[in-house]
Amino acid sequence: MNPPARKPAGLLDIESLDRAEIQAILERAHFFQPIQNESFRRLDVLRGKLIVNLFFEASTRTRVSFEIAERRLGADTVSIAAQASSVTKGESLVDTLNTLVAMRPNAIVMRHSASGAPHFLARHLQIPIINAGDGTHEHPTQALLDARTILDQRPSLEGLRVAIIGDIAHSRVARSNVHLLSKFGAEIVLCGPPSLLPKELGLLAPGIRLTNHMTDAIRGADVIMMLRVQLERQHEAPMASGEYFRYYGLRLEHLELAKPDVIVMHPGPINRGQELSSDVADSQRSVILNQVENGISVRMAVLERILSDEVGTGAAA
Amino acid sequence: MSSILIRNGRVIDPASGGDAVADVLVRDGHIESVGRGILPEDGLAEYDATGAIVAPGFIDMHVHLREPGIEHAETIETGARAAAAGGFTSICCMPNTKPVNDCATVTSYILQRAREVAAVNVFAIGAITKGSLGEELAAIGSMRDAGIVAISDDGRPVMNARVMRRAMELAAALGIPVIDHCEDLNLSAGGDMHEGRESVRLGLRGIPAASEDVMVARDLLLAELTGAHYHVAHMSTTHSAEMVAFAKARGLKVSCEVTPHHFAITDEEVVTYDSNYKMKPPLRCAHDVDAIIKAIAGGVVDAIATDHAPHAGDEKMQEFERCPFGITGLETAIGLTLSELVHPGHITVGRMVELFTTGPAGILRLDRGTLAPGAPADITIFDTETEWTYDVQQSFSKSRNSPFSGRRFRGGPLATIVRGKIVWKKE
Repeated sequence: MNPPARKPAGLLDIESLDRAEIQAILERAHFFQPIQNESFRRLDVLRGKLIVNLFFEASTRTRVSFEIAERRLGADTVSIAAQASSVTKGESLVDTLNTLVAMRPNAIVMRHSASGAPHFLARHLQIPIINAGDGTHEHPTQALLDARTILDQRPSLEGLRVAIIGDIAHSRVARSNVHLLSKFGAEIVLCGPPSLLPKELGLLAPGIRLTNHMTDAIRGADVIMMLRVQLERQHEAPMASGEYFRYYGLRLEHLELAKPDVIVMHPGPINRGQELSSDVADSQRSVILNQVENGISVRMAVLERILSDEVGTGAAA
Repeated sequence: MSSILIRNGRVIDPASGGDAVADVLVRDGHIESVGRGILPEDGLAEYDATGAIVAPGFIDMHVHLREPGIEHAETIETGARAAAAGGFTSICCMPNTKPVNDCATVTSYILQRAREVAAVNVFAIGAITKGSLGEELAAIGSMRDAGIVAISDDGRPVMNARVMRRAMELAAALGIPVIDHCEDLNLSAGGDMHEGRESVRLGLRGIPAASEDVMVARDLLLAELTGAHYHVAHMSTTHSAEMVAFAKARGLKVSCEVTPHHFAITDEEVVTYDSNYKMKPPLRCAHDVDAIIKAIAGGVVDAIATDHAPHAGDEKMQEFERCPFGITGLETAIGLTLSELVHPGHITVGRMVELFTTGPAGILRLDRGTLAPGAPADITIFDTETEWTYDVQQSFSKSRNSPFSGRRFRGGPLATIVRGKIVWKKE
């Protein structure tokens, strides 16, 4: 029925995906959107498949979102918070994974605080690995759900002005979004204090501009993506305490500089009064909760693509 | 058997300026004569070096042998065997063992152990400070008496400029060089690779070139202040090379070495998150690699040294940011130098021999690196054309952390002779 598409080995990052692959995932996610909130419905495309969610770093929304997506598709799932497992007993990452692989899961969804940890494992293990965020490198499913959310509001990504604001240097969300948006021809403005905005970020992909000034970033924007202040990854303060919100916090008056129908996004969890004022977070322009919802449909599309024996497409369905 | 006649090779001896096809006669562990048509003798072993280059034994002035204390990664015996297989007849081991080589007892242990088990000559480098902690000077005088040829806190550079000054003053009086691994630990803190486009792309913390540059600048000023012989280990940046050239032009006693990996690979050629590409200083960007090659070609660089840094497999099989720094290098140094410097025409094979012989011997005042009659018969025989592939699984080292496994080389070592004895020969 559906022609079997090229089956990817896993999902490690957005950078190595091509545009057609991303397009296919986003279309399939669109098909899953009506199902994502129907908690009584279970598809059976992944019936009999075992997925292990291995989270070496605390996560609520991403882990829960993956779990729901897996169950909606009929897979069996096991979630492991690795801080509490044998890792704390000194077991190496490779040994932990080998132990899990011996239990024959069909895929591992993994979050890890070290950049490249899933890439390292993918080289040594014969099992699809889905990156649920690696250190300060990439968070591919977040960028996919962000793109899905934008496309729910706009016909296309091409030519859109997207401002990404905050701690870019330490943000895996920013890196994945930059790669994805650039592949689709968006104009990207990255904005943050100098120590969180290394100039080499401008070389990540075509179509990127850097600025240290919030108003400059927001002027004429179609999309504003705010990033969480990642205190746990910052090794030194980027600026005097208290100044961050003053210069890089998004407030309601900023939105007047943007396009009238600008949307405000945030990967969560939000720190009200840090990177985002409460009135912006709760405003009509905020699509933060839509992002959370789309997390499920996008992850369903990703899991199906990697694990299903027959890969559907949005059009065929 | 420590007598041998090496026949018909191209004998390159930078110390005497010789470069011609000749025979080399070794008797009782010493060079007896070099010349054409030396007659064979009954019972005298022979090596036919036709088509090959016969050079003074190569010296690697920067290796880590991990003994005492870290023998699961390397021992003096295995490291020396890897050196022999790489064409080296002498190696100088850095003091970062457990315990640190910061007193005469450890120095004597290493040298005694080397005499018992090492296939090649082993020279020891002592620590600058006790435990290489950067605070209190080590027992430099008694280590000198026990045989060290230089001091260095390699890998844990002395951050306190006052301590470095005192060390340089003492070293100057003792007549030994101070070797510094140049890295400002505050600027490099937490870094895993060269800071630049690739570190930003991969989400890895960067080690800026400036972390090396500021230490080279500091040390050069201290070298001028103290009159010490100062040596920059594994120089890797454009500005370091410029500053060393400037200091030499000012007449300071300054020298420097580079590693093969720093002239052979850029940060963009790193296989993503493969810890076999993780070392300090990190692989730099293309313009630094170009500057280093120019510094070699232009005579600023005095020696090629490998910074052979074995790590056991499980230490390198981790998340990139957790892996220790360093790669092995003894067995690939000649191949890389030929393929990256000689064959592309950056340097002549004669200059290459200098960088491995008179260069390091001069820095460390070793009675090696020459084929003069009476000298110890340490000889490296290599060729520049035979193609071969490096397989790290066949390495003589105890460790396997090389990025060059599977790499094809044109030219490499053929035989290694130490004190007249063939300690390694290509099969």
